[in-house]
Amino acid sequence: MTSGNDFIIDVKDLTKVYNGSLRAVDGVSFEVNEGEIFGFLGPNGAGKTTTIKMLTTLLRPTSGSATVCGYDVRSHPNDVRASVGIVPQEYTSDEDMTGLENVMFCGDLYGVPRSISKERAKELLDLVGLSDAANRKVQTYSGGMRRRLEIASGLINHPRLLFLDEPTLGLDVQTRTAVWEYIKKLKEDYGMTLFMTTHYLEEADGICDRIAIIDHGKIVKLGTPSELKSSLGGDVIEVGVREETDDLTPLIQQCPSVKDVRRLNSEYRIKASMGEEAAPTIIDLIRTKGYHVTKIMVTKPTMDQVYLEYTGKSIRDEEADRAEMMRQRITIRRARN
Amino acid sequence: MSDNINSSDSDSGQKAVLVQKPMKKWGNERIDRSPLHGLWALTNRELEKWYKVPVLLLLSLIQPVIWLGLFGKAFNIGSIFTDGSFNIPGLNIPKNVLDQLSAQLMQSTFGTTDYFSFLAVGMLSFVTLFTAMFSGMSIVWDRRFGFLDKVLSTPVSRGAIVMGKILSSVIRSLAQAAIILVIAVPLGMDVGHFSVLGILGTFVALFLMTLGFSALFLMLALRSNDWQSQMAIMNLLNLPLLFGSNALFPSSIMPTWLQDFVKINPISYATDAGRQLLLGAPGFASLNFDFIYLAGFAILFTTIGIVMSWRLLTK
Ligand SMILES: Nc1ncnc2c1ncn2[C@@H]1O[C@H](COP(=O)(O)OP(=O)(O)OP(=O)(O)O)[C@@H](O)[C@H]1O
Ligand SMILES: [Mg+2]
Repeated sequence: MTSGNDFIIDVKDLTKVYNGSLRAVDGVSFEVNEGEIFGFLGPNGAGKTTTIKMLTTLLRPTSGSATVCGYDVRSHPNDVRASVGIVPQEYTSDEDMTGLENVMFCGDLYGVPRSISKERAKELLDLVGLSDAANRKVQTYSGGMRRRLEIASGLINHPRLLFLDEPTLGLDVQTRTAVWEYIKKLKEDYGMTLFMTTHYLEEADGICDRIAIIDHGKIVKLGTPSELKSSLGGDVIEVGVREETDDLTPLIQQCPSVKDVRRLNSEYRIKASMGEEAAPTIIDLIRTKGYHVTKIMVTKPTMDQVYLEYTGKSIRDEEADRAEMMRQRITIRRARN
Repeated sequence: MSDNINSSDSDSGQKAVLVQKPMKKWGNERIDRSPLHGLWALTNRELEKWYKVPVLLLLSLIQPVIWLGLFGKAFNIGSIFTDGSFNIPGLNIPKNVLDQLSAQLMQSTFGTTDYFSFLAVGMLSFVTLFTAMFSGMSIVWDRRFGFLDKVLSTPVSRGAIVMGKILSSVIRSLAQAAIILVIAVPLGMDVGHFSVLGILGTFVALFLMTLGFSALFLMLALRSNDWQSQMAIMNLLNLPLLFGSNALFPSSIMPTWLQDFVKINPISYATDAGRQLLLGAPGFASLNFDFIYLAGFAILFTTIGIVMSWRLLTK
């Protein structure tokens, strides 16, 4: 039944071609370990949702293979569905039902007996802070409440693995923080594995154990957040020295973790792998030679820079478009009622 | 405004996280994995949208009731034969003879002495057909708003999704037909031939008809991506199907090419069975044939509908 490896998600050369020509996902391979939070980052249209849809059996891969929770997505789709939970990118709850009814309805679809699902649904609504609104129709929910309801619905079958497609899109800062809290909690308290996509790079940096950056359907970089950041060449240390005439470059280069030094008059721009540890060593070295340090600054590369480096796009350019798109989606939904 | 709800709510969310006790281990004991699990939940979801909104229920009954009043009472076709204007000049036929004659004429054309009763049975088929047609629409919305994807991502069987739609449509149309029958009686429907078995039989006939049509329209709805094109398809089909049957007029007064269509239209057989069973009218086919034809239609289209829908859902 299980395919004999320890990965909860094992993807090999997964490809999805839409309409015979658009390669939305193009030969992607990666593994996810049980119990980790795996982040999938990429610009709009990179293929994130398409990948999630294939892993959750909503789309048939054009080629390649994927096992999820030990089951092949093609040959055992129902076993995959039973073992994972999904928080989709769109709001999918039924507007005419209450929050509680929506969660219990999901329970019915997973075959959780009503006697159990009623308790569970209440527990989950409590977890996402919707207890007070549990008996209100979803029509009356705000965007943030809807998103949290999706999270509660996705957890009703107590899955081993939860897929979250942009769980914090369109949420305000407090709600976003709360959602990240739930996500961390799910990992820590329940040992759940989380696979998520997001556009909030700083937050992904803080919460994900590993991150894959995907662009044009291909994974361009995969690693822990610190690996990704150090792949940019390390931290930047800027040192100012009072003595303008002497070139200290050879001296600084003696420091073991220093990779590159550039001099601008009395200032030095140093690239080092562990900036906060390298900086004191550099200061000591300069001082023992009798020079005076006038200023020092350590900057660590941010996820933004990593993202920019590997996708050639800045996330901020996209943000405006996304907010607009989200508003339109909500408008369409409202128009229905 | 919604922002206020939102942020005050996220505060309580934070608190909830903090007070949460250490977790029980999560396990999935006692999970129902029978192929029919979730069927009732899916069916009931559709039905709730209908019975929880009485206004909608009433609105959907207005049209058939208007038709009953308009065709059955206002343009009472039977009155052409019975109101006395039908007389042959020069021959002064006594009124009672004339009435008898016209009753016979009515009997031979409509199979019953009043058009209203004739039409009332036709209206049962009408509401059944229209309800079946429009309930297919809901899957277009489900698809549009991601709800269908959510359902598809759960281990509920694809068959249960299709069957839930068909079942809710069938229940709904039979309930609407029952209400029309109840309304038609005080309006003047002839109850002289009513029997429990007759009523049951009529609803079995309607059941078979709506089963086939629900499956057919669900299949059509699943193929279309937007409700406009779905509406267009339904508007294209509903009136021809209705007028090309014996629901409103007996086929004997129709041109032969239309009679041929009436003979293959399942609505004709459901209506015919209803008239035989409720009004004691002579049928245009035998009662046995009515039921065999309807059962064949139901089995054929349910099978095609389920297989096609299932294939569309699993692609
Ligand atoms: N059903 C579809 N038919 C055809 N093309 C599609 C379909 N769904 C997605 N695509 C295309 O596939 C590509 C990847 O889409 P996908 O939704 O996976 O992107 P994404 O990474 O999730 O983007 P976003 O950040 O905007 O959610 C896009 O170019 C999109 O236009
Ligand atoms: Mg997406």
